[in-house]
Amino acid sequence: METIIQVEQVWRSYDEGRIEVLKGADLKVARGETVALVGSSGCGKSTLLNVIAGLETPQRGKVVVAGREVADETTRRDLLRHTVGFVFQLHHLMPGLTLEENLLVPAVAVGMAGSVARERVRELAELTGLESRLDRRVRELSGGERQRGALCRALMNEPEVLLADEPTGALDETNREAVFDLLMNLVAEKGLTLVMATHDMALAGRCARVVAMRDGRTGG
Amino acid sequence: MSLWKLILTNLRRHRVRTAIGATGIALGVATMLSVVGLLGGAVKMFEKILRSDAEMVVFERNVSDLFFSNVPETLVAELEKQPFVKEAQPVLFAIITAPDRPVVTCFGIRASDGRLKKAAWLEGGPEGFTDAGRAVVLGERAAEFMKAGAGDEVELGQERYPVAGVVRMENGFENGGVFMPLKACQAAFHKEGVSSVVTVALAAGHEAGEVRQWIDTHHHRLTALENEEFSRSYSQFRILKTTAWVVGGCAFLLGGLSVTNTMILSVFSRIRELAVLRVCGFSRGQLAAMILGESLALSSLGFLAGWVLSVGGLRLLKALPALQGYIEPQVGVSELLGAVALAMITGIGGALYPAWHAARLKPAEALRFE
Repeated sequence: METIIQVEQVWRSYDEGRIEVLKGADLKVARGETVALVGSSGCGKSTLLNVIAGLETPQRGKVVVAGREVADETTRRDLLRHTVGFVFQLHHLMPGLTLEENLLVPAVAVGMAGSVARERVRELAELTGLESRLDRRVRELSGGERQRGALCRALMNEPEVLLADEPTGALDETNREAVFDLLMNLVAEKGLTLVMATHDMALAGRCARVVAMRDGRTGG
Repeated sequence: MSLWKLILTNLRRHRVRTAIGATGIALGVATMLSVVGLLGGAVKMFEKILRSDAEMVVFERNVSDLFFSNVPETLVAELEKQPFVKEAQPVLFAIITAPDRPVVTCFGIRASDGRLKKAAWLEGGPEGFTDAGRAVVLGERAAEFMKAGAGDEVELGQERYPVAGVVRMENGFENGGVFMPLKACQAAFHKEGVSSVVTVALAAGHEAGEVRQWIDTHHHRLTALENEEFSRSYSQFRILKTTAWVVGGCAFLLGGLSVTNTMILSVFSRIRELAVLRVCGFSRGQLAAMILGESLALSSLGFLAGWVLSVGGLRLLKALPALQGYIEPQVGVSELLGAVALAMITGIGGALYPAWHAARLKPAEALRFE
């Protein structure tokens, strides 16, 4: 199968090298594969996701996503606009905006036509059961609705890869299951590649492959 | 949703911050337009005094203030012999004291000067004001504070003068001043045989250049300028206008600091939001454009508020009884365009650092920001 994400010997440290988080991490993900990154806190799961998305620059090593090496600002920007969607543990929706306005933000970045963007918002809202909540401000939404909203926003520009950093970590048990089910359904329906960082082994077990991380390195 | 809508939405979301930033600019605009308007109005009023049916003014070359200019009175007769001159009138400007009034503007003019003929006579009449006599004419406000009318005597300097009448002038300086026969004025100020300026009305079909050339040839110590040229080159006017723009510019600088402050606060309190925008595909340029756009929108809002504020303030000042006639605010297109330009420059200048900071933001670090 075609490799869509390739991480080779990536090193990432902070505080002028005093704190090493990634120490030669490797990862290969095939197109359409679902991968869970598991490991204890501080083992480098989130950093690896950030490096794949181009949100952080490794000091050493190589990251290739959808055939493009993530090495410069233009590639990073293009990846985030067209190839990679990112869901965080916290929803990070913009307060004061309605849910619809929040979902339209990625469309502003790519200069998508208003009618096309609104149609896509409606489609995603239908898929996630948020169609009646589009005109609500973030503070009027429940925790589960906010996280579903964040998922919709990540999918607005139809990415090929979805990166999720503890996407259900801030939710209660009921919402956690519901949001994760929704995420997996959307990934399957749209044929996305998923790389998810999680502590939850039960959720990780629902991915096609589980990659254990330890001390900044990836295991089997 | 477009970038502009996002910009306006951001301003709407933070109403108090928006209001504070816009207020800074509004006060800057209001101060600048008011100062420029007031001083511009004062200059225009002085120009009107000089003009009085004339197109040109002759005065001593390189003089710093018209009060120090000495033009020989004989020039009037010489000029009136020239075919290109319809009429020449000498005017002597002076400052005189009156009881309880240390400063009263005194205009030494001939009885044939058009300004008294055109004035609205409240008491007395022009027949009482003669070149050979000593009778003075009071402006309406001068008559009020001197508590004098036609037939009375007023004390000016060391002398007492009979009052020939009281006139209402459009101009506050003239309305608060005293018109004195030229000879009497020259005697009072020991300026026999001279005036401050000679105003020149051109004969039909002739041009200002003819007067200028004649003056340059025959009186190289003097200079003749058209009224517009005079307004542009007279150092006192230039100082006034420059002062107005400098004071206005300083006010803008303060407004600019308020915008910078607001935008810095705006960027630092939205670090995570800005990082999320990067994650959503916003380029560094788009983030910078968004911050600059917010600042420009803020400045535009501030400009409109400041404009309204200055118009209201100037109208209020103009309506105050104590200032009537002295304030003739002149806020023209050039002043407005100047204020718009300064508001925009302030908006952009104030947002440069915040925009630069936003553009250089590292999304992963910013998302960890507490």
